[in-house]
Amino acid sequence: MSEPGRRWTGHPLVQLTRVRYREFFREPEAVFWVFIFPVLLAAGLGIAFRNRAADRTVVAVVTTGTQAAQLADALRRADGLDVSLLTDSAASEALRIGNVTMVVVPSASGQLEYRYDDSRPESRTARLLVDDVLQRAAGRRNPLAVRDQLVRERGARYIDFLVPGLLGMNLMGSGIWGLGFAIVDARKKRLLKRLIATPMSRSQYLASFVLSRLTLLVIEVSLLLGFGVLVFGIPLRGSLPLLATICLVSSLAFASLGLLIASRAQTMEGASGLMNLVMLPMWIFSGVFFSASRFPEQIQPFIQALPLTAVIDALRANILRGAGWHRVTGELAIIMAWMVGSFVLALKLFRWR
Amino acid sequence: MIPRMRTPHQGIALQVRNLRKTYQDVVAVDGLDLEVHSGECFGLLGPNGAGKTTTVEICEGLNTPDSGEVLVLGRGWGHQDRELRQRLGISLQETQFSEKLTVDETVQLFRSFYDRGPWPAEVIAMVQLQEKAQSRVGSLSGGQKQRLALACALVGDPELLFLDEPTTGLDPQSRRQLWELIERFKADGRSILLTTHYMDEAERLCDRVAIVDHGRMIALGAPQALIARLEAEHVVEFALAEPSAIDESLLRAIDGVCAAERRNGTYRLQVSELHRAMPSLLAELRRQGAQLAELRTHSATLEDVFVSLTGRHLRDE
Repeated sequence: MSEPGRRWTGHPLVQLTRVRYREFFREPEAVFWVFIFPVLLAAGLGIAFRNRAADRTVVAVVTTGTQAAQLADALRRADGLDVSLLTDSAASEALRIGNVTMVVVPSASGQLEYRYDDSRPESRTARLLVDDVLQRAAGRRNPLAVRDQLVRERGARYIDFLVPGLLGMNLMGSGIWGLGFAIVDARKKRLLKRLIATPMSRSQYLASFVLSRLTLLVIEVSLLLGFGVLVFGIPLRGSLPLLATICLVSSLAFASLGLLIASRAQTMEGASGLMNLVMLPMWIFSGVFFSASRFPEQIQPFIQALPLTAVIDALRANILRGAGWHRVTGELAIIMAWMVGSFVLALKLFRWR
Repeated sequence: MIPRMRTPHQGIALQVRNLRKTYQDVVAVDGLDLEVHSGECFGLLGPNGAGKTTTVEICEGLNTPDSGEVLVLGRGWGHQDRELRQRLGISLQETQFSEKLTVDETVQLFRSFYDRGPWPAEVIAMVQLQEKAQSRVGSLSGGQKQRLALACALVGDPELLFLDEPTTGLDPQSRRQLWELIERFKADGRSILLTTHYMDEAERLCDRVAIVDHGRMIALGAPQALIARLEAEHVVEFALAEPSAIDESLLRAIDGVCAAERRNGTYRLQVSELHRAMPSLLAELRRQGAQLAELRTHSATLEDVFVSLTGRHLRDE
C-alpha cells in the first residue's frame, strides 16, 4: 500500500500482470488443475503401467480327463505363467471377463484345444507361450539353437511415451482455460467495459495475460518434467533450449486459441462449451495417451494439422529421441501458424463489451 | 476534500445535440439535447428503459450514436480518446470488480491507468473504506462496493464524473452516505452527469435535471423550479371505501385544488394551499356521504412532476 508522500510508480502493465497472478493463485482450484493434477495423472498412469514386461500371463486348464493336472504342472514350471485349474464353465466365464488370457481344454483323445480371443494381443502371446511349453514337455526338440539377451531401454516404456503427451495436454488446457475463462468472466461482470472506460491501453491488458502465462508456464513445465525425470527417470535427450522454445511457442499458440474462443462469448457456459468443442478432438486424436498413428489413414491429414498433435510430436521427438531443430521445423511451423492465425482472428472479432 | 490538482474545465462540460440511437426496432434515444455546465451536477431522471444508460454510455464513448453530436470537455470521441479518458471519471451500472482482489489492489490497478490523481490510499479514505482496504472485494457489502466504484471513478482526479444509477439497490443509510460523498466532490467545482430513477436523489444532488421518458426529454430545469411549475406545493391522495365514489369535477371545484384525477380507485389532487383545501375536501366528502378509506398528503416532488407529465409513476415498470 502506498502512503501519501511516497512517489506513485505503479506501471499499468505491472499492475495488470500482478492482478493476473493474484487472480490465479487465489483460486485454489485453478492451482490444483494446472499444477497438481497433471503430476498426479502422470504418477497414477506411471504406476499402473510400471512394469508391463514382467506382467504375468494367467491361463486356465479345464479339469477334464487325467491329463489336466499333468499339463498344469508343466505350465507352472515355466517362467511368467500363472495357471489355475477350473471347471469348463468357470474357465469360460474367466476368459469372458478377462481374468485369464486363454484356456487349455484337454480331451480324452489326447488332442488339446486352445480357447482364446485372437483379437487380444495378450491372448495371442499366451497361446504361443503355452504351446511352446507344452510341446517341449511332450518331447519336442528345437532345431535351432537360440540365446536371449534382454535389453531394457529407458525411453521406450509407456511412462516415457506418456509424459510428453501429458505436458502437451497441460499446455493446451492452461492456455485455453487460463485466458478464456478470465476474459469471459471479466466481460460477463462488465469489468472489461469498465476497464476500457479508463485510459488503459488495450494491448497492455492483453499483454498482461501473455506475461503471466509465461511465468506460470515455467512452473508448470518444470513441475511435470521434473517429476517425470526424478521419479520415473524419463530421459531428456534433446537440447533444452529447443524444449523451452517448443513449450513457449505452444503455450502462446494455445493462449491465442483461448483468446479467439473468448473473443465473443458472453457467458461462462457458452465459453466452456466452445472450449470443450475445441479441445475434445485433440484429447482424442492428438496422441496424448496412445499413438495418433492408430487412427485410419484417411483422417491422418486432419490429425496432423491439429496444434496439439504437432506439440506432442515435437515434444516426444525432442525429449525421447533427442531430435534437433531441423527435425521439428514442420511441427513448429504448424504451431506458429495456429498462433498467428488465432491471434489475428481474435483481434478482429474481439468484443470489449 | 480532493486536492485541487487540476483546474476544472471552464464553460460547458458536456454538450449533446439531437442524439439518436435505435436497437433493432426499439428507439432508445430519440433526439435528445443536453448541456452540462461546468461545476454543475446534472441529473438524468426517468423510469427504467427511458434511455438514460444508453445516453450516458454514448457520452462516455462506450457506445456509438446513430446520429447526433457529443462534445465532452469540448472534444468529440474517435480521436485521441485515451487523452480524453484521462480527464473523465466513470462509474457504470452493475460493474463487478474482481472478487479476489483487495480494495487497495483494485484502486491501485485503476490508479495506474491515470497520469495524475490522488494516492490510492487517499482515494480509499475519501470514500471511507480505510478499514476495508485490505479486504477482498468479494466480502464487501453492496454500499461498500458502490463506494469502491466511486473510488475507481475518482482515482484520475476527473474534471467530469459520470455516475450511472450510483445508489440503485442500496439501503437508505448507504444511499445517504454515497450522497454525502458526491456532494463533497461537487463542492469542489467538478461537473457531474448522474442518472437515477430516484426523485429524492435527483432533488438532493442535482442543480438541474432533465426528465426523460421513451428516449425524449419531457422537462428540464432546477428541481425546485420544475416542482414550482406544478403550481401546487402539495399532493393529496385518498381512497374511498366501496362503493362510494365522487366525481372529479366536484373535486376540481374545491378552493385551492389545481388538478384532480382518479386512477385505480385512488384520487390524486394537486393542491396549492393545503390548509384551505383540506377542510373543504373533507366537507365535500361528507356532503356526498363518501367514506374515507385512506388519506395521504405530501409536499410535491419530482415524482409528481413526472406523474403530471406522463400519467405514470417513475417506478411503475
